[in-house]
Amino acid sequence: MKKLLGIFGLLLAVCLFATWASESFRSGYNIENLIRRTALFGVLGIGVSFVIVTGGIDLSIGSVICLVGCGLPWLLTVQHWSLPAALAAVIAVSVGIGLAHGLLITRLRLQPFIVTLCGLMLYRGVTRGFTADQTVGFADGYKGLRVLATGKIPVPGIQGFEIPAPWAVLVVVAIAAAIFLNRTIYGRYLLALGNNENAARYSGINTSRMIVLAYVLCSTLAGLGGVLFVLDVNSAQPVDFGNFYELYAIAAAVLGGCSLRGGEGSILGVIIGTALILVLRNVVTLVTNHSNIEFAIIGAVILAGVITDELVKRYAIRRRAARELAQ
Amino acid sequence: MPPVLLEARSLTKSFPGVRALKGVSLNVSRGEVVAVIGENGAGKSTLMKILAGVQTSDSGEIRIDGVPAPLRSVEEALGLGIALIHQELNLAQNLDVAANLFLGREPRRWGLIDTGRLRQEAGQFLQAVGLDVSPDTRVGSLAIGQQQLVEIAKALSTQARVLIMDEPTSSLSAGEAENLFRVIDDLRARGVSIVYISHRLGEVTRLADRVVVLRDGENSGELARHEISHAAMVRLMVGRDLSQFYPHQHHARTETVLEVDGLRTPAHPTHPLTFQIRAGEMVGLAGLVGAGRTEVLLALFGVQPAVGGTLKIGGQPLCAQTPAQAIAAGLALVPEDRKREGLVLGMPVRENLSLASLRQDQRRGFRDTAREETLSAEMIRSLRIKTPNDRQVVQFLSGGNQQKVVIGKWLALKPKVLLLDEPTRGIDIGAKQEIYRLMEDLADQGVAIVFASSEMEEILGMSDRVLVMHEGRITGELSRHQLSEEAILHLATGTASTASSAHPAHPASPDFHP
Repeated sequence: MKKLLGIFGLLLAVCLFATWASESFRSGYNIENLIRRTALFGVLGIGVSFVIVTGGIDLSIGSVICLVGCGLPWLLTVQHWSLPAALAAVIAVSVGIGLAHGLLITRLRLQPFIVTLCGLMLYRGVTRGFTADQTVGFADGYKGLRVLATGKIPVPGIQGFEIPAPWAVLVVVAIAAAIFLNRTIYGRYLLALGNNENAARYSGINTSRMIVLAYVLCSTLAGLGGVLFVLDVNSAQPVDFGNFYELYAIAAAVLGGCSLRGGEGSILGVIIGTALILVLRNVVTLVTNHSNIEFAIIGAVILAGVITDELVKRYAIRRRAARELAQ
Repeated sequence: MPPVLLEARSLTKSFPGVRALKGVSLNVSRGEVVAVIGENGAGKSTLMKILAGVQTSDSGEIRIDGVPAPLRSVEEALGLGIALIHQELNLAQNLDVAANLFLGREPRRWGLIDTGRLRQEAGQFLQAVGLDVSPDTRVGSLAIGQQQLVEIAKALSTQARVLIMDEPTSSLSAGEAENLFRVIDDLRARGVSIVYISHRLGEVTRLADRVVVLRDGENSGELARHEISHAAMVRLMVGRDLSQFYPHQHHARTETVLEVDGLRTPAHPTHPLTFQIRAGEMVGLAGLVGAGRTEVLLALFGVQPAVGGTLKIGGQPLCAQTPAQAIAAGLALVPEDRKREGLVLGMPVRENLSLASLRQDQRRGFRDTAREETLSAEMIRSLRIKTPNDRQVVQFLSGGNQQKVVIGKWLALKPKVLLLDEPTRGIDIGAKQEIYRLMEDLADQGVAIVFASSEMEEILGMSDRVLVMHEGRITGELSRHQLSEEAILHLATGTASTASSAHPAHPASPDFHP
């Protein structure tokens, strides 16, 4: 809880600084844009946090987004599939990818890093193959579906600001994920096995099945993200669509309190972490006009964040010990 | 009386939250074996670390040969001839024996390692500890007992005059331990002093010239060679007489709960095992390390599924391929290594207590949080788990209380058969007795109990019946009135005569997991 407050405080501080430093930051348009991007990336972050909670990692998220994001318009406009069939196909492929990752990791005991690294190369390569590296898009069609990503929900009483539709998607996903993680026995199983897989297994938990489930959730949400991202931008280039998105997702999850050692995670934290990264990106672009140093700033801030977290943790342990001594 | 070599006077040491030492003194003479005993938390480890320079004391004085010696670092302690051999061995498994012996002190020639001299000097020290392996042998391929001897050889190679050994036999088989004792006798004869820390009072009786007992960070007493007895040591350790240390009573009923017929474990597939356990019966599984006791428990519980044989619980056949199936049939296992297999160390007490029964208490996949809360409160009360509250992370509990949490995890499921592997390993005497009482209570309620133990006294004290194993076979069955240390050792070593049971040459089986 304290960790959440810390990261939320950091987000507030960055926002306050940006509001003071840049006129454009506080424009309704910019805020709407930030919220929409946070919602889209937040879905990915929630997905990967399930995998991280088990102590694993998924590096293939960006490529799954590429596969789904290019595959959907390709099926619709090049292959002329019906919308329900195309949507069902891309979601089924996402689920299948997660299932394959999970089974390779639990049955063959391959390392998550390797399995999903190969996935990273495989899915992008496949996409570039079947699209012949050509940009695919919806052109002027599928307006109804695109509302899911580009639509806005008016807020009564406020002019010039509307809530972007993906935010509603994120809220639904986040609530479902939080309930799953914190209220069901399966969420507890994930946390327990992430902390000590042996002890979980010795307690009668089918740990392999739970790990497979985590990878399926991750890839499925990456697939959902892919659909939303391509609906948002209308067209996608296979060569770089979704590039590096897994790193944003992983960084957001870690900033939000997931430990890469497993066993720890909070859905709200992941969303705040996502927002922090995107606001930082935004601020760098707006304030410095040098978007090319964006990665350097984000990297430095995340590093500073985890160092502070570690120092605060040590200080807390020392203070707790001193208090016990005083008693 | 030989002169005092090492003298520590009124050492104190505080850690955040604990006063680990409140003024402890210890003298060690040349060629003397001093055993330091005490319950967990009595301050043994802290004292040893201070003597070895790993930590420094807050106040007090250490003298070596009568000269004040502030031991500020491990190097300084080694330089003055004090070496500590940790409970967990610190050897590079991938390097050979000679490289390990002289790690960081390699003899050099033209800046390169002088391998000829390295091998030759290593050979001398290996001989000194009676370890008959080539200096080129990779350490990882040695049995644990042999690795222990490598550690001792390493300490000797630093010209150590005082060897501090922390629970050196905790992972040795009886044969390996006996071999170690002979090495210690030999070192003593050559004038090396030994400070020997152990929980195992039998070993202390066998080895010590003098016993120093710590309690609660203070010296609680000292026993000279002729005063050393089990009862005297226990009295000084716990500060009271533990009359009736083993609360054993006969609870066995007539109905058979567990029927094992021709069970073949993956480790010893050629040795089918057959035995029955009755309700309320307490059966000890005895044997040397590597005899296959743990493997039997893991096969019954479905962790390492059996490769053959049939299993019946309460008359119902069971094919335990996973722990979940075994649990559903009424089995429960308190595993050998509670930190690795028994507990989710980073989770609170409550979460650990409810982990196994979440499935049973679920409401369509959702956790029953109210039930979780009452369950943990109930277990903390009935098992007398010492914890500030059930939100305490289980890692911060003492070993005995951790073990109670592992047992408590199963009680809500009302198991028919409780399997325990080394139920009291590494926990102090007071907590041990509480665990024994708990086992007694469960047996009284009709739970069939099978426990594997390397502690002879525990097997003798707690069993209605003992199954003795040797290299994967059950070599004998002893009922309570037939129990004796000799009878068990006789069967455990698989030898024809009791006389040869003292033979140390018992290589650990390849399936041995430390």
